[in-house]
Amino acid sequence: MSELSKILVIGSGPITIGQAAEFDYAGTQALRALREEGITSVLVNSNPATIMTDEGIADIVYIEPLTPDVLTRIIQKEKPDGILPTLGGQTGLNLAVELAEIGILDKYGVRLLGTSLETIKMAEERSQFKNLLLSIREPVPRSAIVYSVEEAEAKALDIGFPLIIRPSYTLGGSGGGMAQNPLELREMVRVGLSSSLTREVLLEESLLGWKEIEYEVIRDGADNCIIVCNMENFDPMGVHTGDSIVVAPSQTLTDKEYQMLRSASINIIRALGVEGGCNIQFALSPWAAKKDHAESYYVIEVNPRVSRSSALASKATGYPIARVATKIAVGKRLDEIGNQVTGKTTAAFEPALDYCVVKVPRFPFDKFPLGDRVIGSQMKATGEVMAIDRCFEAALQKAVRSLEIGRRPLLWEDKAWGEDISSYPLYPSDFRLWAIMAALRRGAQVVSLSLKTGIDPWFIHRMMSIVDMEQRFLSEPLTPEILREGKRLGFSDDGIATLADRLPEQVRNLRHEWSILPVYKMVDTCAGEFEAETPYFYSTYEEENEAPPLPERKAIVIGSGPIRIGQGIEFDYCSVHTAWALKRAEVKSIMINSNPETVSTDFDTSDRLYFEALDEESIRDILENETFSSAPPSIVQFGGQTAINLTDPLYRSGMPIMGSDAQTIDMAEDRELFEGFLRLQDIPQPPGGTATTIDEALKVAHTITYPVLVRPSYVLGGRAMEIVYTDSELTSYIQEALELGTKHPVLIDKYLQGKEAEVDAVSDGQGVLIPGIMEHIERAGVHSGDSMACYPPLSLTPEETEKIVDYTVMIARRLHIRGLMNVQFVIMPQSKVYVLEVNPRASRTVPFISKLTGVPLVKIAILVMLGKSLPEQGYTGGLWKVRNLWGIKAPVFSMGKLPGVDTYLSPEMKSTGEVLGVDYTFAGALAKALIASDFMLSPQSSILLSIADRDKAEALPIIRGLFSHGYMLYATRGTAEMIKDKGMEVKAVAKKLTEGYPNVVDVIQERKVDAVVNTTTGERTPLKDGFEIRRAASERRIPCFTSLDTIKVAVEALAYKERIFSVQPLRNYVEGR
Amino acid sequence: MVKQAFLALEDGSIYQGCSFGAEDTSFGEVVFNTSMCGYQEMLTDPSYAGQILVLTYPLVGNYGLSEADFESREVQVRGLVVREHCPTPSHRQDTTTLDEFLKLNGIPGLAYVDTRALTRKLRSTGVMMGILGSEMKAEDALEELKTLPRHDLTDFVQGVSTKETYAWPSPSSPLYHIVVIDYGLKYNILRLLSLLGCSTTVVPATTSAEEILARNPHGILISPGPGDPTQLTYLEGTIKGILGRKPIMGICLGHQLIARALGAKTFKLKFGHRGGNHPVRELATGKIHITAQNHGYAVDADSLKGGLEVSHINLNDGTVEGLSHKELPILSIQYHPEGSPGPRDNVYLFQNFLDMVKEFS
Repeated sequence: MSELSKILVIGSGPITIGQAAEFDYAGTQALRALREEGITSVLVNSNPATIMTDEGIADIVYIEPLTPDVLTRIIQKEKPDGILPTLGGQTGLNLAVELAEIGILDKYGVRLLGTSLETIKMAEERSQFKNLLLSIREPVPRSAIVYSVEEAEAKALDIGFPLIIRPSYTLGGSGGGMAQNPLELREMVRVGLSSSLTREVLLEESLLGWKEIEYEVIRDGADNCIIVCNMENFDPMGVHTGDSIVVAPSQTLTDKEYQMLRSASINIIRALGVEGGCNIQFALSPWAAKKDHAESYYVIEVNPRVSRSSALASKATGYPIARVATKIAVGKRLDEIGNQVTGKTTAAFEPALDYCVVKVPRFPFDKFPLGDRVIGSQMKATGEVMAIDRCFEAALQKAVRSLEIGRRPLLWEDKAWGEDISSYPLYPSDFRLWAIMAALRRGAQVVSLSLKTGIDPWFIHRMMSIVDMEQRFLSEPLTPEILREGKRLGFSDDGIATLADRLPEQVRNLRHEWSILPVYKMVDTCAGEFEAETPYFYSTYEEENEAPPLPERKAIVIGSGPIRIGQGIEFDYCSVHTAWALKRAEVKSIMINSNPETVSTDFDTSDRLYFEALDEESIRDILENETFSSAPPSIVQFGGQTAINLTDPLYRSGMPIMGSDAQTIDMAEDRELFEGFLRLQDIPQPPGGTATTIDEALKVAHTITYPVLVRPSYVLGGRAMEIVYTDSELTSYIQEALELGTKHPVLIDKYLQGKEAEVDAVSDGQGVLIPGIMEHIERAGVHSGDSMACYPPLSLTPEETEKIVDYTVMIARRLHIRGLMNVQFVIMPQSKVYVLEVNPRASRTVPFISKLTGVPLVKIAILVMLGKSLPEQGYTGGLWKVRNLWGIKAPVFSMGKLPGVDTYLSPEMKSTGEVLGVDYTFAGALAKALIASDFMLSPQSSILLSIADRDKAEALPIIRGLFSHGYMLYATRGTAEMIKDKGMEVKAVAKKLTEGYPNVVDVIQERKVDAVVNTTTGERTPLKDGFEIRRAASERRIPCFTSLDTIKVAVEALAYKERIFSVQPLRNYVEGR
Repeated sequence: MVKQAFLALEDGSIYQGCSFGAEDTSFGEVVFNTSMCGYQEMLTDPSYAGQILVLTYPLVGNYGLSEADFESREVQVRGLVVREHCPTPSHRQDTTTLDEFLKLNGIPGLAYVDTRALTRKLRSTGVMMGILGSEMKAEDALEELKTLPRHDLTDFVQGVSTKETYAWPSPSSPLYHIVVIDYGLKYNILRLLSLLGCSTTVVPATTSAEEILARNPHGILISPGPGDPTQLTYLEGTIKGILGRKPIMGICLGHQLIARALGAKTFKLKFGHRGGNHPVRELATGKIHITAQNHGYAVDADSLKGGLEVSHINLNDGTVEGLSHKELPILSIQYHPEGSPGPRDNVYLFQNFLDMVKEFS
């Protein structure tokens, strides 16, 4: 084997549902491992909000679109010896397969590391996979693909009833189901065949109620195999493992079952020949082997790469799977890789857990209340939380606390559920956990709930033990014994307060009085058998505390919790940089976070890691545990809204905050206070007012005139924000807000449809450094997280730039910002600049602007907080010199996976991730941003247009552009007429689905069009009309433009020649080389 | 109402918790096992005779207990210490709860103890004698501990070995006949031998070499068992009498006694190896095996003589995990290839033994 001196690593691209922060975690570990081995790493990823794309993690960083063409150009340039595709999710594997198949890897002598081409394809190709498993005598469920009802009837005889029917390639996963008998089978197959675009239907043996179990296996080149961890899904077969509640290790398996699946896992990884990590999913029968079920288990799926599950397993055990897998891929054996946890043993061992880990998925339905909440084989969660404790009850309760879904503790019940248990949502959905709790509270039997849900009775018994404890709190006086028992079972002070009719603070005081305080235990991979050095802790209510306060100077870094829409991986990026900046300043960093997917919860990111919920109780407990002579200061600016929201409780409990103080933060966060502040500073803001009643609201609206932007004060990432055009819409909005019972008033601002720009700035109280201004491509009204943003600004005049800088400096100084701040502006004609909002914290764009300008914002902010002024750090205030490059950030949506959710761009954020296009020219940057976010139009194809009347004039040049590029135009009636009037050829289609063939949805489903442009007035009724069009487009995975600004630049990009863009390491762009 | 109970250790430390299982007091050497499942197999493993077992995994009894998971006739531990025992187990095979099972077998249990703190104590201080009880004062227990017979000085093999010779159900046309000397064996050894096509005769620990050889087996397996091998010098004569006469496989105590019979020394480990995750290197191939282990004593590598060679070592602490012999047909393994509980990765060793048997006969 030739020496490996340079390796190309493929990242996973933007965050989407199913491919989230876990790959930044894996990639970062892998790149560090390569560095330890003295190998030069070349990384390519299109996602700038990642730690892996930082200089200093990889040796050479490319932020470029993940396409075979780009990869080929990088390979030509860098001439790597090997390529590591197993760290970038399915994206990485697919790219590697493409590169191999077009002959690039052979041509340039690049070795595929970790897993072979055959193995990657095998795991994806159902029939090959099945044959391989059968050849090593591993059972797979009986299944068949059929193309007719007759064929289905014949195959059903082999498989047996009941069986599952899944039409292939349908929209929204429709048309499937379970058939109990031939009659149902015929009907379902008939419907399924007609809804399948490929006219094929998969028949599969029903595994309803079987347990779903996962194993994480590692194998090295010498064929040594170990199991890192096994995990049991709380939700039985049928729910995607990413959407399941998962527990580690398995709880209901006997040793014989555990070992049977363990041996099968090793058997499979050997047959696949994977050198590295592999995830294997099994279905395990919960019943005694019946005659017709010869097998007690089936192999369901194999992922020959690191995955979300391997990230979870790593965090659950302390065993760094990605690091070990990488070292194996470059030729190390397990026993040659050190175990960093114990510092003595090697990676050749199996972790032993002495605690219970529970993962709970984080769903986006708080943002998308109209989305289809039923969960199944299509993953819908955007993120997840993990909690560790010594019993399941406590780990589950802590995990639910960590979810941060507003007021939905485990005690929450939907008021609509009532007394009739049979009407509860006990089918798989994001409500099921709460519904089971509610049913238990109303006397439902464990066994009957288990039968109904397929969830193992063991789990429901544990939930019953929580319900029993609730009853005790409700009915018995609060004594030390009962309080201690409640804490042992994971009840929060809040929960106990609610049940025992106290205030949370009173419960806290009682705990102190009675010395009922958490202790912190170490995650050490070996259940205490060996002395370990990991600084990785979880809380529990027991005797021995293993985390005495660190004696050195230190600071608490509050992380950002689960990945959700509006609070993504950017904040983890910031948290990690905070820890690093503290380290460089010789201050010990103590990280608190609940998200297992992230780099921040890697145990060697910080000096100490507490894997805990990010709520007041956990943070205060940790602060008390870390109090040496005084409590250490907390850093709240980098963990998104989660961390900043903790400012007030920490301040009230007398805990020190680093950087901007609580008053500053309150002033910026509280809309009313902030408006008063801006008025006092004479800084323009959109006119507006507040209202708590409908009458007040109408009065404000009439004064400032429609359209207006309405939102509740104290917003969470633009939540519940709407643009309103009429009295009736305003009335219904206010009514809904009043029903929600928020005490905060509603804010009503004039909606200014101007250019939008934003800045991130760092201030030491005097000087204010602005690394750059970012201008949005879309006009105001689209959430900044969903806009394309461009650095340097495209169209700002010097006067506008000056105003933006002046206002930013003024706000930072007068608000006494110490650290970071983000300001959003809207720019109206005649260079009128208005301030929209100020966030007294790191924003989503910090990684983007830091990477493009080379200004390390987080590090500077931390040093400022530690007392080093900007000049002392070598920075002057004001706007940083503009780099000679173009950077365009584009949002990425996961809408194809969320049926029922509208994709229309609005003030509500909807995207799950972002990509960066960077180049020497605007054209290059734009092309890359569009390619990487899947918004690039293909040349000379066809497009469907449905344009609102008020946009028609503005749309005309865009349509002309499309036409002149040889586009075939389809349009709804009004739009078609306009196009025809202007002398262009167009095919009219019906707008309403009831108005004959072809209608808008037909042309999308039948692949007649490759893109859609749909704008509406934004009012509620037209929004409803376009909904079907937009849904059809997202389910077909074709670009759907809902803002003319976006389609305008996309059409511009059509003019670009092939190879308009360069492919260069990021450093070359930044340094202008 | 839950009854209070305690575990008192030689070094004076006392762990308070709740009583479960039999309301009784017992004493023994306190050891911990890090396996995450397989509690019933551990409870019924004769190698735990005279010991109080601490399980590091905090949730015990989740899947109940079943006829199929016995590794010997009865419960062998003197007491069980857990963080939590499950009152509502769930599994298709479950017949009873852990609490009922221990009550039925007269074994006291202690729950709601900080078992991690206890494990860390045993790891740093080494295994100790302890009293688990609810019927006496903890202070009195500390006094009594000084007077109790020490585990190291007690012969437990007599107590756990079969009194009568018996045959294990064998396949219809067995390939080989194996005599198993029972020092405290686990049924899974017999199950596996049967699965591999052998008929087996289990003989009591005190059976003489002549009696064994008179049965004319194809091979002899010397079983695992409890206690310090230095207390068992009376068994070494038997082993000397069969060495070289037939292919021999020794497991755990059997392995230690083979080494001693050939003149090597054994010593006591600080806190033993008990769990299902111990990495072992096979020296001939360099391969790593994940093994099930349960031993408090080990063979001293420096004392090997008489043709014995180290074949396997523990990757964590470098201790001897297997021996081979330059001339004689001996397969001597410190860990538990029969698993139960633990990985099945090492079942191949039984096949190796049978290969040796085949070659010899």
